[in-house]
Amino acid sequence: MDWPLVLGILPQVVMDGLVLGFMYALIALGYTMVYGVLELINFAHSEIFMVGAFVGVEILLVLRAGGLLDPLNPFLVLLLIVLTGMLVSGLLAVAIERVAYRPLRSAPRLIPLISAIGVSFFLQDAVRLVESLWRNAFYLTYPSFPVFNKRIELGETVDFSVKSLLVIAASLMVLVALQFLVNRTRLGKAIRAVAEDQPTASLMGINVNRIISVTFLIGGAMGGAAGVLFGVQYNTVNPFTGFIPGIKAFTAAVLGGIGNIPGAMVGGLVLGLLEAFAASYLSLFTGGAFGAEYKDIFAFSILILILIFRPRGLLGEVVRERA
Amino acid sequence: MSFTFRLRRSALAVNVLVLALIAGSAFLVYAVPRSILAFMAFQASLLVVYYAPLAHRVKMGYAVLALGVLMPVLGTINGYYMEIAIQVGIFVALALGLNIVVGLAGLLDLGYVAFYAVGAYLWAIFGSPQAGKFISAALVSFPLAPGWFFVFLILGVAVAGVTGVLLGLPVLRLRGDYLAIVTLGFGEVIRVLANNLDKPWNITNGPKGITPIQRPPLFFDPLLRVAGIEVSPFTLYPLYFYFLVLAVVVVVILVNQRLEHSHVGRAWEAIREDEVAAQAMGVPLVRMKLLAFAAGASFAGIMGVIFSAKQLFINPESFTFLESIGVLAMVILGGMGSIPGAIIGASVVTILNLQVLKGISLWLNELRNSGLEFLGFNLANLPSQFEPAKYERMVFGIILVLMMIYRPEGIIPARRRRLETYHRGEEPPP
Repeated sequence: MDWPLVLGILPQVVMDGLVLGFMYALIALGYTMVYGVLELINFAHSEIFMVGAFVGVEILLVLRAGGLLDPLNPFLVLLLIVLTGMLVSGLLAVAIERVAYRPLRSAPRLIPLISAIGVSFFLQDAVRLVESLWRNAFYLTYPSFPVFNKRIELGETVDFSVKSLLVIAASLMVLVALQFLVNRTRLGKAIRAVAEDQPTASLMGINVNRIISVTFLIGGAMGGAAGVLFGVQYNTVNPFTGFIPGIKAFTAAVLGGIGNIPGAMVGGLVLGLLEAFAASYLSLFTGGAFGAEYKDIFAFSILILILIFRPRGLLGEVVRERA
Repeated sequence: MSFTFRLRRSALAVNVLVLALIAGSAFLVYAVPRSILAFMAFQASLLVVYYAPLAHRVKMGYAVLALGVLMPVLGTINGYYMEIAIQVGIFVALALGLNIVVGLAGLLDLGYVAFYAVGAYLWAIFGSPQAGKFISAALVSFPLAPGWFFVFLILGVAVAGVTGVLLGLPVLRLRGDYLAIVTLGFGEVIRVLANNLDKPWNITNGPKGITPIQRPPLFFDPLLRVAGIEVSPFTLYPLYFYFLVLAVVVVVILVNQRLEHSHVGRAWEAIREDEVAAQAMGVPLVRMKLLAFAAGASFAGIMGVIFSAKQLFINPESFTFLESIGVLAMVILGGMGSIPGAIIGASVVTILNLQVLKGISLWLNELRNSGLEFLGFNLANLPSQFEPAKYERMVFGIILVLMMIYRPEGIIPARRRRLETYHRGEEPPP
């Protein structure tokens, strides 16, 4: 075993893992918000994320076509695309809830899950159709900004790009804002009340439907933000981009304890770090026999192990199962 | 006296009607070989048989006539229909298998196609030179003789069943959503393994897939020769696979019916309805859930073996998440827990994918080429990306959502299920 090599790349691996982890955490927050309130796996969340990524790339491409991209401050542009992505994805999530989940709220829980999968498939192809008609291509590349790609060096072994830092900063900001919103505001109180008991909450004068819409708006907006940041970080997007990050983020949410906001964050980080470790060290430790492509297997094995030994997740509480 | 007379006469009328439908639609398929509608009419006539007020035996007779005689004849004339019929049969068996897991036992499995992959790879590896790449040729030479196919049919059942138990064991404590996500992960794991197990040992040949795969022996060929019938394998193999698939489907249906009405089936339904109550009434949860997983998986396993022999070539592309959801959609569209439902669901989805969307695409293309004007819009300007066959997921998604909202109990609901899916206080349909 080449220990100096193993230790030498360790800081870089941790850094990559953190970026990936915060990305998963940001998506996982969307799953966890919706699950916390409705106990529904919003399968379409991965497509809400994908739509956010497409909104970002479309604005950038339109700006570039108009020759406006270069004169503008890149940070301003980033803020613009993140906010627009959040808005569009948030509204999309509200619309999905209205059309495909609300009519099924009192049905057995398998039924809204299936309609969520239906929405997810529909959105994949809808985006593909729209982009095919509009651009004649549906694999799109984010225009790159030299500022974001600039590397910051920490010591000799670690360097990371500005955009990685942006992902981490944005996720942390969202987490703090969300914690504040849920635990310290009137709206948050109403959300918690609805999550606890819908009929009782409505007796207390809470408009349950409105609160659920707001929850979807927030969850969708976070999915949108994650989508745009994903695009900026990894450059290419396509209509099927959402699937793998989506299930990984869901895994992260379950890992941390679904319905629990700090749990989603912890779960995302654990998963991201684990994946980065697997990607870098697997071939090193097995003498090249197994490569980075097995990292997904590790993610799911961990999920199974966690569920066997601690089914409520790392930070979760015991939740009663709705029939 | 007059009552029995009227009854007899009406039974005669029904018989004549059904026969006319089957024969008429079969003739249409023969006369207009390119028409999708004709073929669908033929399939619909079977549905009419199912609903017709006739004795069970008579219905069976009609089904045997249509599926055992007419379909092979039509399929020999037009090989494309035969291909579709085989495809439908494969998916019917898969849907019936998943119906046990999801419909009867209520365990949501989103990675069902993994078991199908296990069966398919099992025969693909040993029925092709592939196994020689990691097993020394000194022991056995690969591919195995075609006759081994039948051994592997049984092996496929066993191996897939064991895989089902292996997956079931660790996740049995989970319920609903958690189980769904773990099975989804399991499906992905199998796909990743199939995709990457070409090193360090070349077991699955990675993304390139495995080919050529052995077909089962034409053991009856000498008999045919003696009878003076000379048929080339090209026409014989589709027929062979058709009857093989049909036989397996019949077995699967019988097993399904037996299970459903046995104490095992009732235990599954009890678990589906209320796990805690079922356990309190003495239902052995672990054993029953494992049994459901194993039974469902074994059906997929045997179909996987047949699939790989039929295709001659498999690669990981055939075993994606979309396929799992496709089979799940068949079960749900047809009606969870309902055997006729799973059959009709599988037929509808397969035909929609293979025929209807392609048909609409062809039709649009013809419109495009004709350059017809419609409301001042020249159809030749219709964007070429607008092709329904490419957007199967979109159609699928819309169907799933609409179905869940307007008819969550499925096309042919199970009797018990039909009452459940209606909310409390609402009148169930008759």
